[in-house]
Amino acid sequence: MSASAAAVRHLTTDDASLLHVDGVTLQYKTKEHLVTATYRVSFRVHRGDRFVLLGPSGCGKSTLLKGVGGFLRPAEGMIRLNGTPVDRPGPDRMMVFQEFDQLLPWKTVMQNVMFPMLASESYSRKVAAERALAAIDKVKLREFRDVYPHMLSGGMKQRVAIARAMAMEPEILLMDEPFAALDALTRRRMQEELLQLWAETRFTVLFVTHSIEEAIIVGNRILVLSPHPGQVKAELNSMPGHATAGDAAFLALRQRIHDMLFSEAVEEEAMPR
Amino acid sequence: MKSAARPLEDPPTRPEFVRATLDARNVGEILRPLSHWERVTNIGAVRKLFILILLALAWQLYSARLDNPLMFPTFANTIAAFWTDVLSGELLARTFVSLKVLLMGYVAGVAVAAVLTTFAVSTRIGTDFLSTLTAMLNPLPAIALLPLALLWFGLGNPSMIFVLVHSVLWPLSLNTHSGFLAVSETLRMAGQNYGLRGIPYVLRILVPAAFPSILTGLKIGWAFAWRTLIAAELVFGVSSGSGGLGWYIFQNKNELEIARVFAGLFTVIIIGLLVESVVFRTIEVRTVRKWGMQR
Repeated sequence: MSASAAAVRHLTTDDASLLHVDGVTLQYKTKEHLVTATYRVSFRVHRGDRFVLLGPSGCGKSTLLKGVGGFLRPAEGMIRLNGTPVDRPGPDRMMVFQEFDQLLPWKTVMQNVMFPMLASESYSRKVAAERALAAIDKVKLREFRDVYPHMLSGGMKQRVAIARAMAMEPEILLMDEPFAALDALTRRRMQEELLQLWAETRFTVLFVTHSIEEAIIVGNRILVLSPHPGQVKAELNSMPGHATAGDAAFLALRQRIHDMLFSEAVEEEAMPR
Repeated sequence: MKSAARPLEDPPTRPEFVRATLDARNVGEILRPLSHWERVTNIGAVRKLFILILLALAWQLYSARLDNPLMFPTFANTIAAFWTDVLSGELLARTFVSLKVLLMGYVAGVAVAAVLTTFAVSTRIGTDFLSTLTAMLNPLPAIALLPLALLWFGLGNPSMIFVLVHSVLWPLSLNTHSGFLAVSETLRMAGQNYGLRGIPYVLRILVPAAFPSILTGLKIGWAFAWRTLIAAELVFGVSSGSGGLGWYIFQNKNELEIARVFAGLFTVIIIGLLVESVVFRTIEVRTVRKWGMQR
């Protein structure tokens, strides 16, 4: 217990990290309620991290990602990127969404990948075209570069969205359950591809998922959140190197996280409301 | 009954098998080109042309039997009158006058609609403003405003343009705004993610994303404007020196040149068809269909 407290203190004094999330409470309004999605969540993301936000539905992990994206202002606490407070959406934090309709249907694959670079005026047209081509090559969609999104499969659309985000070379990549709407086989392949891309370019990614397996496979560091409202339950290290789903260590970690999340559910069910 | 719906025993265990699939060449027809007849009947224009020919035939037969050129000239007579007036240049000149006024009113209406919907989509009070105005003024026939317009702007193009703007503005604003509202949250967030806001955000994200609705609004606005213009010309005749198509119809009716009245109506219909099937069709094929937003 004291060891982990020391670790936390060590983290709070460490300013070399890229993303600082300090005591962030996020709230949003529905028609009838003010919903508190996360309560005083803190974590740090370092450069090159594959940082996973893991939790059951209702733990505010997507809301947290939107907060980092600048779509939502914290009611309490502070989100800082490179020491600068995040107060609005910006191309230094590129989002990849779960939905397939995130691509602009009126632009080809190539134009879609170029669009953020041109819209944010961060690259000239010529440089943007070169970078877009390189990114499309990386996700193996070269022969589809002049095709409109409606002609692509779900997995291909997600690869375009990843290429679009990566071509921008953002400070941090924000991925909101990007593979959740894919079939199981495609999802496995996409996870592998993402790890390969990471190995090549070492980007920083903040990855939201509700799948324990995906968290272990994709992440190097896992933030486990509890629901209603989302609070930090644990911050764990994932498997070193490539995780294989059959490993004893993999299974043990999965069981550990599972118990963490599951015990919470049982407690909640047992508690009278 | 109950046992039939829910068998108590497990289904029987059956032997497994693995089969080699046949070579595709032995299966027979997999891909066959359609016959010429099937291909021709698959073209929408051909089917529509067939309907038009049937209608013209019915018209000709009925009017020939009726034999009353004052009430109902034959199709052949109408075409003859149409052709004579096209050759003499009168019909074309009248059409040109009408189209010029129409285009001025249409463009002005689209411009006002663009300003109004941009305002509506960026502020809440703007939304309320637009929805209240559309609810009030959309059901009001544009032609009903013409007496007022004549009083304010006098006999001439400005009054015509005023009613045309009115006839384009509301249906277009209504469609555009509902199109904006239907743009998915993901697409909005994607646009904002690139740092787009304000006018560039509306132009580069909302307008293309809502383009199917905008196009519908443009089509409806066009039809309303065309109708309004012909009606206005019919009722109030010459607006500035030379009259348009509506005036041509009215004048010929007074002179009991009924075949030419039909020729005038014919022209109104043809222009409507041309704009719909050439102008809007081309836009549709090059945009929303190519983008897979519409079949």
